Amino acid sequence: MIAELGEIVAEKTYRLTRDSLVRYAGASGDFNPIHYRDDVAESVGLPGVLAHGMLTMGFAVQPVVDWIGDSGKILDYQVRFTRPVVVDRADGAEVTVVAKVGALTDAEIRIDLTVTFADQTVLGKAQARVSLA
Amino acid sequence: MPVNPELQGRVFAPTAPYLVGREKIREFSRAVLATSPLNNDPDAAKAAGYADIVAPPTFPIVIQESTLAQLLAEPDAGIDFTRVVHGDQRFSYTRPIVAGDELTATLAVTAIKSLGGHSMVTSESTITDQTGAHVVTAISTLVVRGDE
Repeated sequence: MIAELGEIVAEKTYRLTRDSLVRYAGASGDFNPIHYRDDVAESVGLPGVLAHGMLTMGFAVQPVVDWIGDSGKILDYQVRFTRPVVVDRADGAEVTVVAKVGALTDAEIRIDLTVTFADQTVLGKAQARVSLA
Repeated sequence: MPVNPELQGRVFAPTAPYLVGREKIREFSRAVLATSPLNNDPDAAKAAGYADIVAPPTFPIVIQESTLAQLLAEPDAGIDFTRVVHGDQRFSYTRPIVAGDELTATLAVTAIKSLGGHSMVTSESTITDQTGAHVVTAISTLVVRGDE
C-alpha cells in the first residue's frame, strides 16, 4: 500500500435502488418512511424518496477498505451530509466515489472522498484516517 | 419550538449491553455493499489477527441509534423528530468492532447551537466493551429545522 499525496487510490460507482434502501433500513434499524415511501417524502417537502445518509456514508468508504484490504485499519471516518441522494423508483440512483490521498505521514494516511450524485457532491469533508501500522 | 439549550452538557445513562452477532455484521455488510472477506468470513478474519469477523466502519450507528432514541425521548429536549435531519457524523476508533463484542454506549450532549432559526445538536456516544475499554466514539450533529 504505497501512495503519494494527491494520488487517486480508488474510484467506484454504485447503483442504489429502492431495494438497497429497504435492506439498509432493516440492517441499521432506521425505518424513517422518507426512505421508502414517496407519499411521506412528498408530504414533508422532499423531492422524493432519499437514500439514508448513513447508507451513503457506509458504502462511500468501501473503495478505501478494498484498497487497504482491512476495514480494521480505519482509525477515524467522518462526513458532512450536504445534499440528498434521491432514489428514483424505476431508475434508482448512481453514486460515484473517488478516493484520493489528502495527507500522509509515516504512521497514517488520510483519504479524502469525493462522492457525487447527478454531478453534484453529496458529502462534504468526507475523510478517512487509515493506520499504516 | 427551539431546542432546549440546557441540554448542553447532559450525560445519559449507559445503554443496555449490545451483543454484536456474526450474522448481524454480515447483514449490515451486505446493506452497505461491503464485500471484504474480513467482514464476512471468520477464517479470513482470524488469519488477519481478529477474534472474529470485523464490522464495517459505520456499524456503530446501530448502537448509537439507541442513544439518540434516549435523547429524542427526553421530555424537556424540545426536539421534533419530523424536523430532524442528519448534519454530520464521525466515528473515532480505538479498535475495530468484531463479532462477540458486548458494547455499551453513553451519550453526552456536547453542543447546542442556533443558526438561522435551526438548532444544531451535537452529541458524542462513547462506546465501550465488556471490559470497560474504549472501542469507538460516535459523534453526530442533528439539525432540527425551524419553522419556515
